[in-house]
Amino acid sequence: MNRYPAWKYILIAVAIVVGFVYTLPNFFPEVPAVQVSTSKATVKVDAGTLARVESVLKEEGVAHRGATVDATGVKVRLADTDTQLKAKDVLQKRLGDDYIVALNLISSSPQWLASIGALPMYLGLDLRGGVHFLLQIDMKGAIDKAADRYTTDIRSLMREKRVQYGGVSREGQNVVLRFREEAERVKGRVEIEKSFPDLAVREQEAPGGELRLVASLKPEAQKRIQDGAVQQNITILRNRVNELGVSEPIVQQQGAERIVVQLPGVQDTARAKDILGRTATLEIRMVNEDPGALDAAIAGQVPFGSDLFTERGGQPVLVKRQVVLTGDRINDAQPGFDQRTNEPAVHVNLDGSGGRIFKEVTRENVGKRMAIVLVERGKAEVITAPVIREEIGGGRVQISGRMSTREANDVALLMRAGALAAPMDIVEERTVGPSLGKENIEKGFNSVVYGFVALAVFMCAYYMLMGLVSTIALGINVLLLIALLSMLQATLTLPGIAAIALTLGMAIDANVLINERIREELRWGATPHAAIQAGYERAWGTILDSNITTLIAGVALLIFGSGPVRGFAVVHCLGILTSMFSAVLVSRGIVNLIYGGRRKLDKISIGQIWKPAPTPAPAK
Amino acid sequence: MEFFRIKRDIPFMRYALVFNVISLVTFLLAVLFLATRGLNFGIDFRGGTVIEVAYNHAVDFNRLRGAIDKLALGEYSAQAFGSSDTALIRLPLEEGVSTAQLSERVMSTLRADDPSVTLQRVEFVGPQVGRELYENGALALLLVIAGIMAYLAMRFEWRFAVAAIIANLHDVIIILGFFAFFQWEFGLPVLAAVLAILGYSVNESVVIADRIRENFRKMRKASVETVIDNAITSTISRTMITHGSTLLMVLSIFFFGGETLHFFSLALAIGICFGIYSSVLVMAPLVRWLGVSREDLVKPEKKKGLEGEKILP
Repeated sequence: MNRYPAWKYILIAVAIVVGFVYTLPNFFPEVPAVQVSTSKATVKVDAGTLARVESVLKEEGVAHRGATVDATGVKVRLADTDTQLKAKDVLQKRLGDDYIVALNLISSSPQWLASIGALPMYLGLDLRGGVHFLLQIDMKGAIDKAADRYTTDIRSLMREKRVQYGGVSREGQNVVLRFREEAERVKGRVEIEKSFPDLAVREQEAPGGELRLVASLKPEAQKRIQDGAVQQNITILRNRVNELGVSEPIVQQQGAERIVVQLPGVQDTARAKDILGRTATLEIRMVNEDPGALDAAIAGQVPFGSDLFTERGGQPVLVKRQVVLTGDRINDAQPGFDQRTNEPAVHVNLDGSGGRIFKEVTRENVGKRMAIVLVERGKAEVITAPVIREEIGGGRVQISGRMSTREANDVALLMRAGALAAPMDIVEERTVGPSLGKENIEKGFNSVVYGFVALAVFMCAYYMLMGLVSTIALGINVLLLIALLSMLQATLTLPGIAAIALTLGMAIDANVLINERIREELRWGATPHAAIQAGYERAWGTILDSNITTLIAGVALLIFGSGPVRGFAVVHCLGILTSMFSAVLVSRGIVNLIYGGRRKLDKISIGQIWKPAPTPAPAK
Repeated sequence: MEFFRIKRDIPFMRYALVFNVISLVTFLLAVLFLATRGLNFGIDFRGGTVIEVAYNHAVDFNRLRGAIDKLALGEYSAQAFGSSDTALIRLPLEEGVSTAQLSERVMSTLRADDPSVTLQRVEFVGPQVGRELYENGALALLLVIAGIMAYLAMRFEWRFAVAAIIANLHDVIIILGFFAFFQWEFGLPVLAAVLAILGYSVNESVVIADRIRENFRKMRKASVETVIDNAITSTISRTMITHGSTLLMVLSIFFFGGETLHFFSLALAIGICFGIYSSVLVMAPLVRWLGVSREDLVKPEKKKGLEGEKILP
């Protein structure tokens, strides 16, 4: 009677084998590696790159322990950290700036495991060390910036269409135009509505009889700008993160206006914060070249409408306050060489409207200097101040002269990383040093192991063979849970490890229920086979009930929890599911294997069954 | 080995009033502490910065405070964390101070003071995020309560749902009472522990409720008190052993899991201990007082009566 059909045994066996295979990668230690990837859309990391990496390492005499290529890039395993550093330097030098070469740790598990998707568990930042930032985008700032841009655009439009206007300015999030004549106002309104469908324009009479037009962004355009701001900031953050050379960075949107950045393994958090938090804006302005003005400014008398800045390298530059272009007009900036002189240069690509403005400005200012100013946290620095040699149309600008290759690289990077669409603030930060991460893994592991051993000893002592069966079932529960976590690549955190321990403590509940029921049945005189049968069947309903209520708590945590608590909830929920399988199906399977075959079963090894003395049976 | 050799049903119900008074008193004490002392919310909920630093020798707190005082950061606290080599510095939220740079400033000051210092951990939570975490925590608690009640009401009967949720909220309030009384830090992990306990403790009530229902079917002539007494007595062995096993694991986390999990495991341990008490001695009397009867649980089905007479399957 206590026999399982073959399919149930097969199911259990398959689950255990699959569980074992997927748990396996976690046992292989991590080895130092370098990872080659790219941030450029035009560059592909594929088998060709792999061959190139391998040949570079061979030529430079760096021995490696196997290289592979996958979606995240080429990974090369190395013997130790010294070789790792050497390989990184060599590869970065030989491959050039199209590629990002990052230090990494990868599992030393064999290739065939990775090829069936069996990877080690994904460790959270509190276990591997690293930085977690939550950045909040200042949406008001994004709209302000858009209004600024429209102010400039409307000004050029009015000039282009020869509309007589008295002035354009931004007031709050509106663009306000002043007119002297009604006819011009009507004309202005028509032109604005034709050129900028995103603006809602209304007429307003200011006190004093001034005729005004007030243009504001339509709500749907605001929404689009906000979405765009998030996307642009994510792109910029990705570029900045790539600069850090992190192997598996995460930059993703969370909610409507937040971005999560996770940099595992980053040790220099100051630099990370510096690069991420760089609220840089890039501005192109004209240099004030009035004779004597620079000297006066150095002497302390800065002319009105100009600012005195220092150029990289230290020379002072006097720059006009009016901004010709802002950094968000720049689509791309790449280092390269001047085609005619072969000097290092920076190729800048402007967007359509930026190109038009640039053409206009350069036409009017040939022979003069323009300054590219990087404003970082209120401090401005002139990156470079080249001379305009000719009118530049089409939005393709080349900056060259007096630059080394390295400087060209830096300038390009600064221009590219330049402008965020909207300012951001760090609203949450969690940094864990690498040594604490290691300590956390050890502590978490210890608490699971010691707890498990204590539980196993108790179960075996109290329930004898049935206790051993429960312990084995519990062990299989751990196996399946770790396999499931590895398979899903769910993030394991320290609270997650605590959840493994806690889940084990709770999972044993099912086996205790079953064993107690079997004892009870035996006490009332049932035959061993009947007792096993009844024990499992009657306990099942209770097990289901109690697991469902625990699951409700787990799911609520999953929905509302964040960060490390979510890690707890994921493990907790999965653990409940695996425990139902192992505590009921697997343990019954083992019991059936042990006892099911015997036709005459006199006794079950479940510890002492105490029978009450001849007093009347309970509850009569 | 068998720990529980109970000859007769323990007449729990006869002393129900005593137990209820004890519960009420502990409960009111917990509420009192919560009201007067309040919870010591961690930075997860309150916002602020926590910096954990390690030295290669025991921390000299006078020197450390002296160094930080120079930064004039307002009120802060610095204390040992786990071992004597580690210090935990808590900085409050401050208007206008760029928090992203705060930890760097503290670290560079400490490094200048003693180069052996290493940064272990920085946590910063802004005021808005703190408020959201707080709200989400409260929502999670409500969702768990509603979910469990709905499930129990569907699975058993409304009286069980009400009694079980009161019994378990009583546990939650008592855990919170402990945290208020000792001013232990209440952070996100502790909240997770509280919710996990809520889900776990209900198990107990479910097991007893299950037995009560079964007994109503089996013991057709017994009074409601006898039925409940028997249900509790026959499950007490299982209750003690499962809670003991879970406690074993929780203690293992408490002793080996490190400082980060300290309050988490503490909350679980308190919850488990009071969980036993509450489901046995709070939930069952409540069910009784809410007026549960055989008719509520055993639907008059045609064959049920016959089957019910049998004790053995």
